Amino acid sequence: MRAEAREALPISIQGVTKTYGTVHALDNVSLEVRSGEFLTLLGPSGSGKTTLLMVTAGFTRPDCGSLKFGDREVIRTPPHLRDLGMTFQSYALFPHMSVAGNVGYPLRLRKVPKAEIALRVDQALEKVRLSGFGDRRIDQLSGGQKQRVALARSIVFEPSILLMDEPLSALDKKLRDQMQIELRHLHESLGMTTVYVTHDQREALTMSDRIAVVNRGRIMQLATPRDLYERPANRFVADFIGDSTFLKVIRSGNEVAYGGMELKSSAPLPDAAALLLMIRPERIQLSPGGPRDGANNFPAIATEVVYQGDSYLLQARLDDGTEIVMRGGVRGASLSALPAVGDRVTLTLAPEDTVLIDGGEA
Amino acid sequence: MLRWLKNPATETQISHGQRLWLYLLSGIIMVLLLAPTLIVIPMSFSDSQYLEFPPREWSLRWYEHYLGSGDWMRATATSLKAGILTMLVATPVGVLAAYGLHASRIAFVRTAFLLLITPMMVPLVLVAIGVFYVYAQLDILYTLTGLVLAHTILALPLVLIVTGSALKSYDMSQEDAARSLGAPRWKAFLTVTLPQIRFAVITSALLSFLTSFDEVVVAMFISGGDNPTLTRNMFNALRDQIDPTIASISTIMIGVTTVLMVLAQVFGQQKKAPK
Amino acid sequence: MAASLRANEAGLRLDERMERLKLFGLSSPALLLVLIILVLPVGWLFYVSFLGADGGFSLENYQRMIDSRAYYRIFITTFQVSLLTTALCILIGYPLAYLLSQVPPSIANICMIAVLLPFWTSLLVRTYAWLVLLQKQGLVNDWAIALGLWDEPLKLVHNMTGTLIGMVHIMLPFLILPVYGSMKAINQDYMKAASNLGASPTRAFWTVFFPLTTPGLFAGSLMVFILCLGFYVTPAVLGGGRVILVSMKIVSNIELFVSWGAASALGVVLLVVTLGILWIASGFLRLDRIAGGGH
Repeated sequence: MRAEAREALPISIQGVTKTYGTVHALDNVSLEVRSGEFLTLLGPSGSGKTTLLMVTAGFTRPDCGSLKFGDREVIRTPPHLRDLGMTFQSYALFPHMSVAGNVGYPLRLRKVPKAEIALRVDQALEKVRLSGFGDRRIDQLSGGQKQRVALARSIVFEPSILLMDEPLSALDKKLRDQMQIELRHLHESLGMTTVYVTHDQREALTMSDRIAVVNRGRIMQLATPRDLYERPANRFVADFIGDSTFLKVIRSGNEVAYGGMELKSSAPLPDAAALLLMIRPERIQLSPGGPRDGANNFPAIATEVVYQGDSYLLQARLDDGTEIVMRGGVRGASLSALPAVGDRVTLTLAPEDTVLIDGGEA
Repeated sequence: MLRWLKNPATETQISHGQRLWLYLLSGIIMVLLLAPTLIVIPMSFSDSQYLEFPPREWSLRWYEHYLGSGDWMRATATSLKAGILTMLVATPVGVLAAYGLHASRIAFVRTAFLLLITPMMVPLVLVAIGVFYVYAQLDILYTLTGLVLAHTILALPLVLIVTGSALKSYDMSQEDAARSLGAPRWKAFLTVTLPQIRFAVITSALLSFLTSFDEVVVAMFISGGDNPTLTRNMFNALRDQIDPTIASISTIMIGVTTVLMVLAQVFGQQKKAPK
Repeated sequence: MAASLRANEAGLRLDERMERLKLFGLSSPALLLVLIILVLPVGWLFYVSFLGADGGFSLENYQRMIDSRAYYRIFITTFQVSLLTTALCILIGYPLAYLLSQVPPSIANICMIAVLLPFWTSLLVRTYAWLVLLQKQGLVNDWAIALGLWDEPLKLVHNMTGTLIGMVHIMLPFLILPVYGSMKAINQDYMKAASNLGASPTRAFWTVFFPLTTPGLFAGSLMVFILCLGFYVTPAVLGGGRVILVSMKIVSNIELFVSWGAASALGVVLLVVTLGILWIASGFLRLDRIAGGGH
């Protein structure tokens, strides 16, 4: 009979460094992934996120560091003995085997009896909603189907850890959105510790328990999606997640000011000398009635108004020349209330939406 | 026909008519390329000593002479043995080397590769006389082993190039996937990579066989005594006089070559065609 | 927070080294074979070429080559034959390659047989075929006389003519294939753009197409030339002893005179010239990329 599904394992990455010549692909990276959590490594190309995943998988050997799955030190263990599931960006399906052949491959390696293999392959295919696809050839599958077969193959042997390298990047938008939800559900039902790599911040925000933002071989911030979005630790994270305008503010003691105007913020100030005001387009509002009490007001001139179907984009220039972008909802009446290019407008930012971040070079 | 001449041959609107000279010239060249190769075939059935074309009298006498001659048959056997053995040695050695160099991360790789294709660069005569001397010293002159070893290094560059290029267009992440699923590198290679480059491997094998089977210069020096190769005997016969038996041997060789070439093309095509 | 600094560094370095060795080791049988059967003998030949008749170091073998008129003629002949063959191959092969690259793939594949079948056919068979065709009572003479091209059977073989004909036939595929390759790689859009910009087909060809084929042309010509330099079988048979190339002198030195010094010196010169040409050419071409090796 089938063995009990194994417990998810935590991953402990400590002090991992990988240099190629003079370039630090990974710079003394440490990260704790909790057991059963869905953690995303998010960053631009070349940030080191894929390198870190490959180190975890065993395909890239770091210069130094420690890697533990639970209590087991695995940094020197070859990839085929690490017992984790992995999906690759190119799916890496074996074209000379059928779907069932692919999915059954890890079980054959583990000398599982034939009858049991067939059973577990069917179950895995069912979990990824590809029941009955066992006999298909790989080249007959669509991108989304290939993705699922790759997934089925990586979970069929019930690993405690699952690694995913930009699995959805080759799919079109609609499919990607759908798959994101499916992957999330799969994770919830299987419960294995999952490390997910992507450069798409929306994807990361949708699927993750926690996100580690990576840049130039270092972790910029490790937090829940909400905290990352609302309280980015530095400019890089703020820039990478969501769109924002940044205004340089002047700090004196515990007060900050912009353009001579004192800013009211409901959150405590970060511990840095140089601060930036981060303005999210959807948080700043248009105030048709002029400046509002208790909020931060920015007088500006509208330079561009763009209707985008479900919203509109307003670009406005502040008195000092800085451009701010604002996004607002469209509802019947408000359409006629949109400013025209050249109008004087007032943009307001409520204190709870006034976010100040560390402006130092991270 | 006249209308076809006016049709554009390319998207830049050059008509077929304007290209007629090219078609004619190319046609002549193709005939000149093929004719000498193929003309031996009908000539080998000529009854006359002088190999006429078209044969006035048809006969199989030259085939009978070939198949009935102990010398020729022994030489043929030697060539076949050498060819098959070369194929069996050069293919695995070459494929492994190609894989090792492909997967390797040492800077020495390029040098090693160039070294391994030097047999193609060095003039064959030089290889021949060098090997001749060394073999004489080692007392393996005129042995099958010596011949196979020499032919193997001549075949290795081909194996490396063919297999190497197949590996380059192969998605190595499949091997990584296999390893992540629990297969050690050698098993991943055998179960995942090798099946997918098998067409290149088969082509390499066929090329190795042909390299050995057709080889003349080296065999001229180091095969002989008890083990002359077919090519050696043929070459000696050619230098002396036009022995018509060679026509029948040639026809058989053309047949063998064509079959092998078709096999290689078939396997090569399959690799590209979607199923 | 208490991660030991640079943990496992030594162990990881060891693992890396072991893996590299193991992978590289896969190519060791091949390397060993080439070292023993190629590098060693050729190295020994180098050594022998510098041995005098007395057994000591001497340049007399090389001196003989410089002094002797016969050797001089042999070198000249070899270069002449190689150059002529290469030139003829280009003149004949380029148009055919061009046609092959321009027709639809289905037709091209069939026509390619005309190039590939000779290529795969044994050297000896092709040489023999020309021997038979070019002899006094051979097909070429018979048909030429019947067509009225000439009256008396011409001596077409056992001389330079026969040698050249044979060698061009053998070498053509070596030129056509690389040239065809580089032609196929040319983006059709370039020609369309040239035409769109006002170039006549001829002009577009010479200013756009032809320059883009130069890498393949260069590679093919180089290969043909180098192969011709060291070629033995076809000139030996079709030249009938009247066309003596370096390769044949080397062989006769061993076979007839057992003169290792002379043979090896000749061989060394041939090798040096071949490698020299390759080295110069590698400045213009990425040879290993053409051969498809490395990364």
